[in-house]
Amino acid sequence: MIEIVSAERCTACNICVHACPTNVFDLVPGGPPRIARQSDCQTCFMCELYCPVDALYVAPSADAAQAVEEAAAQPLMGSYRAAIGWGAGRTATARRDSSFELLIRAH
Amino acid sequence: MAVRDLHPLPGIEASVRHDADVLIIGGGPAGTWAAVSAAARGARVLLADKGYCGTSGATAPSGTGVWHVPRDTAAREKAKASRLEMGGFLAEHAWMDRVLEQTWNNIETLTEWGYPFPQDEHGQLHRTSLQGPDYMRLMRKATKQAGARILDHSPVLELLVDEHGTVCGAFGINRQTGSTWVARAGAVVLATGGCAFLSRALGCNVLTGDGYLLGAEAGAELSGMEFSNAYGLGPAFASVTKSLFYNWATFYDRDGQRIEGAGSSRGRGVIARTLATQPVYACLDRADASIRAWMRTAQPNFFVPFDRQGIDPFTQHFPVTLRLEGTVRGTGGLHVVDDDCATTVAGLYAAGDAATRELICGAFTGGGSHNAAWAMSSGFWAGAGAARFAREARAFGHRNVHRAGVAGLGGNPSAPWDADAVIRAVQAEVFPTERNWTRSGPLLEDSLRRLDALWARVRHGRPAGTGTQWVRAREAAAMLATSRWMYRSALRRTETRGMHRRAEHAAVDPAQHHRLVSGGLDEVWVRTQAVSTPATPGAYTGKVAA
Repeated sequence: MIEIVSAERCTACNICVHACPTNVFDLVPGGPPRIARQSDCQTCFMCELYCPVDALYVAPSADAAQAVEEAAAQPLMGSYRAAIGWGAGRTATARRDSSFELLIRAH
Repeated sequence: MAVRDLHPLPGIEASVRHDADVLIIGGGPAGTWAAVSAAARGARVLLADKGYCGTSGATAPSGTGVWHVPRDTAAREKAKASRLEMGGFLAEHAWMDRVLEQTWNNIETLTEWGYPFPQDEHGQLHRTSLQGPDYMRLMRKATKQAGARILDHSPVLELLVDEHGTVCGAFGINRQTGSTWVARAGAVVLATGGCAFLSRALGCNVLTGDGYLLGAEAGAELSGMEFSNAYGLGPAFASVTKSLFYNWATFYDRDGQRIEGAGSSRGRGVIARTLATQPVYACLDRADASIRAWMRTAQPNFFVPFDRQGIDPFTQHFPVTLRLEGTVRGTGGLHVVDDDCATTVAGLYAAGDAATRELICGAFTGGGSHNAAWAMSSGFWAGAGAARFAREARAFGHRNVHRAGVAGLGGNPSAPWDADAVIRAVQAEVFPTERNWTRSGPLLEDSLRRLDALWARVRHGRPAGTGTQWVRAREAAAMLATSRWMYRSALRRTETRGMHRRAEHAAVDPAQHHRLVSGGLDEVWVRTQAVSTPATPGAYTGKVAA
C-alpha cells in the first residue's frame, strides 16, 4: 500500500490525485497530497509510474499498512518507473518486452 | 421490460448535465476501444471511468499476452483448437474467428499509433504481448484524439431508461468533488470489467461487478456466471497475481518438502487444497539464466514486491496465496445476443470482462491473451453497434426518462445497512476455496441462504452515508448480486466442466453441453440455452485443470 508522499520531493502537481484509480489521495492546497484512504490502495504501483519526481513509495504489502521510514525507502523510490523506462531521457522498456520468449516456452 | 418500479428523473438533482450519442461506462481496454470505434463512426462519445482512464482496471498495472495469430488458416485452426476442450466445448467457432481477425486489425492499429512492440535480432516484430502501463496510456491518448470526452473519477450510480425500457443515459457522481452528473445518451456501452470482490488481486479493486448490476436493473441477462471462480497465484504478502512465471516454480511446504502435484496451471487445485490447512511456498528455481533475464524485461511489475521485500524469488522460498479473480479471469458476464455485443436490453451494449467471454473461451479462462483479445474486439464492436443504435435513436423524439436503479440508492431509512459489512459478508461466502474452487450443492445452498437474506436487507433498507458513500454502497450491492447469479448458476450446473468443479459431480455430463443464462434481482433465475454452433462435444473427455 501507499506509504510515503515525500514532502521533500513533491512539487504538489497533484498528478497522483488524478491518476490513482482507487482515489486514495486528497488534494491539499499548496502542499503535498494527503494519503486520505490508505485502505483503498490496491497496491498497483501506478501512482509511482505517474509521479514525475519519484516522490511516492508503495510498500509491497497489499493487505495491511507497512510503515516505512523515508530514508529506508529512498533507494527504491522511482525504481519501478526506471524499470519500465518512463521519464525524461528514458526509453520505454516495452520495446524490449521478452514475453514472447516466455510464452513460447511456457505452453 | 417493466418500468413500474422506476422513479421519474425529477427525483435526481444533478449539478452537471452531459449529452452524448454514446456513453461508455468504464475506461479500460474494452471501453477505450469502444470509444475509438464509436467516434470513428461519427458519434459524440462520453466515457466515464470510476477511477482514471489509463490506470483503471486489471490491464493497466500488468503485462498481458494477446491472442494474436497470423492470417493463416492452419495457424488459426490450431489456435482455436488449443483451448476448445479445456473450455468444455462451449466456445463458438464463428466468434473465435471474428475475434482473431479483429484482434489482428486492432494490433495493426496499435502499431500505427506507435505502440513500441519489440523486435528480435532478425527485425521481426513480436506482437503477442502488451505492457499495461504503456498500452493504457496510449489508449487514453487515442480516446481523446478520437474526440471522445473522458470523465475520470466519475462512477455511474444507475442507468436511465425511457418509457419503453430502452437505455438512454446514466446518473453518476464525481467522487472527488461530490457533484452529481446526468448523461443523456442514444446508447450505452457497459465496459466496467468483471468482478473480483475487492480481493486486492492486481488492478482488480475497481472491478466490483458494477456493470452486471446496472445491466440487470435495466433487465439485461447474464451468461456463464458459474465460470467465475478464477484464483490468481502470487506472493502471500503482495498484490501481483501474475501467474505465468510460476510455470518455472516449484512448490514447497513449510519444512521445504516439495508438494507433489502442485503447479501453476495444472496443479493449482493442489495448491488450493494445501492452502486450506497449511502455508505453501514457491521458488522459481526451474528458471535458468536466460529465462530469468527475459522475466525481468517481460514483467517489471512482477519483481517490484520481491525487490522491496528483499526476497530473491529464484533462490528463496516465499509464501504464496490465491486471490479470487472472479469473472475478471473467469468467463461469465452479461449475455450478448448479436455481433454488435448488444445485450437483451435495447440501447445497451456490453464489452470486455463485463460481457460473457464464453463465446471464445467457453468454460475455462483463456488466460490473459484471450481476455485482451476479447476486450479489444468486443469493445470495438460494441462501440460501433452503439453508434449505429444512437443514430437511429435520434429519431425517437421526446423520451420520458426513468431511473433504473433498484438497490442501494434509497430504501427504508429505518433499516440502515453498512456497505463495508455487506462486502465482508459477501467475501466470506466467495473467497474460501473450500466453497468456491470446488463447489458442492450443500455449501452453495448454505451460502445462498445467507446471500439471499442479505439481498433482502440491502434491497429494502437504506445504505448508511450520503454522496460519495453511495459509490461503495452500490459496489456492495453489485458484488452481492453477482455472488447470487454466480452461485445459483453453479448450483444448477450439476457437472464438472472447465473451471466449474462440483465435488459430487466430478465428471462432465454430455447432457449439460449448454449455456446457463441467468438474471433477476429479488428472484434470481437460471435457464439453459443451446450453444448455437456446437463444437464436437463428442470428443470431450472431461479434462479440467486440476
